[in-house]
Amino acid sequence: MTKAAPHAAAADPAATAATPILSIRQVIKQFGQRPVLRGISLDVAGGEFLTILGESGSGKTTLLRLIAGFEDLDSGEIWMAEERLDRIPAHRRQVNTVFQSYAIFPHLSVFENVAYGLRAKNTAKSEISERVTQALAMVKMGEFAQAAPAKLSGGQQQRVALARALVNRPRVLLLDEPLSALDANLRRQMQVELKSLQREVGITFIFVTHDQEEAMALSDRVALLRAGLLEQVAPPREIYGEPDTAYAARFIGQTNLLRAEVTDGIASAGTIVWRTVGAAGTATYSLRPECIRLANESAGIPFAATDVSTARFRGRIRNQTFGGAMDLIEIDCGNAHVIRARIANSGILSGEREFEFAADDAVRVREGEDA
Amino acid sequence: MYSRAYKAGVTIPPLLWVSVFLLVPYAILFCYSFWSVSPAQVIVHNWNLQNYLQLARNPIYLQVLFRSMRIAASVTVFALLLGYPLAYYLSFHAAKRKDLLYQLVIIPLWASYLVRGYAWKTILGSDGVLNGFLQYLHITHKPVEFFLYSPFAVIITLTHIYTPFTLLPIYASLEHIPRNLVEASHDLGSSPWSTFRRVILPLSLPGALAGATFAFVLTLGDFLAPLLVGGPSGVMISNVVVSLFGAAYNWPLGAAISFCMMLLVVTLLFVTERLEKRLAVS
Repeated sequence: MTKAAPHAAAADPAATAATPILSIRQVIKQFGQRPVLRGISLDVAGGEFLTILGESGSGKTTLLRLIAGFEDLDSGEIWMAEERLDRIPAHRRQVNTVFQSYAIFPHLSVFENVAYGLRAKNTAKSEISERVTQALAMVKMGEFAQAAPAKLSGGQQQRVALARALVNRPRVLLLDEPLSALDANLRRQMQVELKSLQREVGITFIFVTHDQEEAMALSDRVALLRAGLLEQVAPPREIYGEPDTAYAARFIGQTNLLRAEVTDGIASAGTIVWRTVGAAGTATYSLRPECIRLANESAGIPFAATDVSTARFRGRIRNQTFGGAMDLIEIDCGNAHVIRARIANSGILSGEREFEFAADDAVRVREGEDA
Repeated sequence: MYSRAYKAGVTIPPLLWVSVFLLVPYAILFCYSFWSVSPAQVIVHNWNLQNYLQLARNPIYLQVLFRSMRIAASVTVFALLLGYPLAYYLSFHAAKRKDLLYQLVIIPLWASYLVRGYAWKTILGSDGVLNGFLQYLHITHKPVEFFLYSPFAVIITLTHIYTPFTLLPIYASLEHIPRNLVEASHDLGSSPWSTFRRVILPLSLPGALAGATFAFVLTLGDFLAPLLVGGPSGVMISNVVVSLFGAAYNWPLGAAISFCMMLLVVTLLFVTERLEKRLAVS
């Protein structure tokens, strides 16, 4: 019951705001002259599964290493509940890490690897044996307790690394792209297991990845990091449905970015016109490919429809890629402007067709710097 | 697939080399060890075990052998005590100075062994640098004699000469330890000292063993250092062999000692090799 409590708290945003288990405040980190983190502030709730998502070089691994204590920050603070974390050496932090390359001790058996952290804290022998056995069973590695790490596959080493970290019952578990070395099938399987494991133990997970699908599949919240700054922090559905910026829209899922002129609540991008809200002027809209559908041409609705709650446009089918349930279609709208659409059960399309999307599906986003 | 000519081309030269310059001389040496010297100072080819029996009966030879092994063990210990911390510092903490310091370790190896031996003779002699320094500081008032021509001098000289040989394999094994293992250990709550004891030391043991073997075997067979700085009390087993093949003109006895030494060293190498393999994790 006590284990489940933190997770329950995560679901309640009010409780989340009141008691962050980890609080990152204005953290700045440089390597030499190169800024890596340029002022990161982020609160993580107890029991939360937070993913730090970003391209390589965005600073996501550095942020994780700062929390773990492998790097010193240049300015800012990191707090764990009431305790200032960034001034404590790594070995005294109640944080454990699952490394990208697992970092299994090659000279110790699987059992001794998992027992490592408990021995460091002088835990009683009987308790060590009990907790290690339990942890190995949790990751389905019980039968490998006496095996040498060199004899294990990548996926098995991954499980041992997970057990080795979780057996210490850390307050926060850090995972540095733990699945990136696994092949696609095993990876999907581990994603499911990881998520259910996190629910089971109720420990806060901070998960670093560059894979946006993984981030969406696993996380309670995604923190999108871009060149050392947080672009957006939100639950996956929100970040997908209402991306703040053009970068967030493009990075999380596929999208079309429409540059439009807004006047009197009407946005117009070339010949495409739809109703909108917000200030007049030039604006960028994100339109997900799956929001576009084929217009019903036989209904004979004139092209210059006045109903701006639905936008319509014509374009030539340039390319169609079979994708199972949904085909990806590239629509050439003239002037080298290509819009991508995902359309279900459409058969093979060709020539010039008419398409439509609901005005609300075009989400106004900030352009952001050098987008 | 390689052609027969290619295979023969790469196999035969080294085989020939090893045969002509190693196996054949050892075989000859082995034969010599069963012959003897006549009173007229002629080597006679009557096969017997007299030389080996003499080695076992005459305590002088065993004494010198044990002294050699004591000296070799001391040099090994000192070379490890000096080499390991230096290798550790180089590998883990030297950062930007790493390359420079590494070169500084290597440079002495480029200087002739003889030069380094003579250098110690100059340092340890009764009017040498060390005595001059001690008298300058008024720590001593007359030259200390026992610095030079003693087992102590041999140990110092050989420690200096063989420490780089000990350091290099240790350094190599430390460099091969993935740094994320060290981070993982800290992450799991182990202090830096405990991390050294539980991760770094065990993983560098094969290197330390290889380094120790270098120091021990090279010292055991050394004859120049005892010749230069050892004096009568610093005579080692190789000096005995040298004199038996030289002034004493007893090649058969010298061959017998050489053969025993070789057996000893080969056994040692075999054992350490096995140990290294067991310590190393694939």
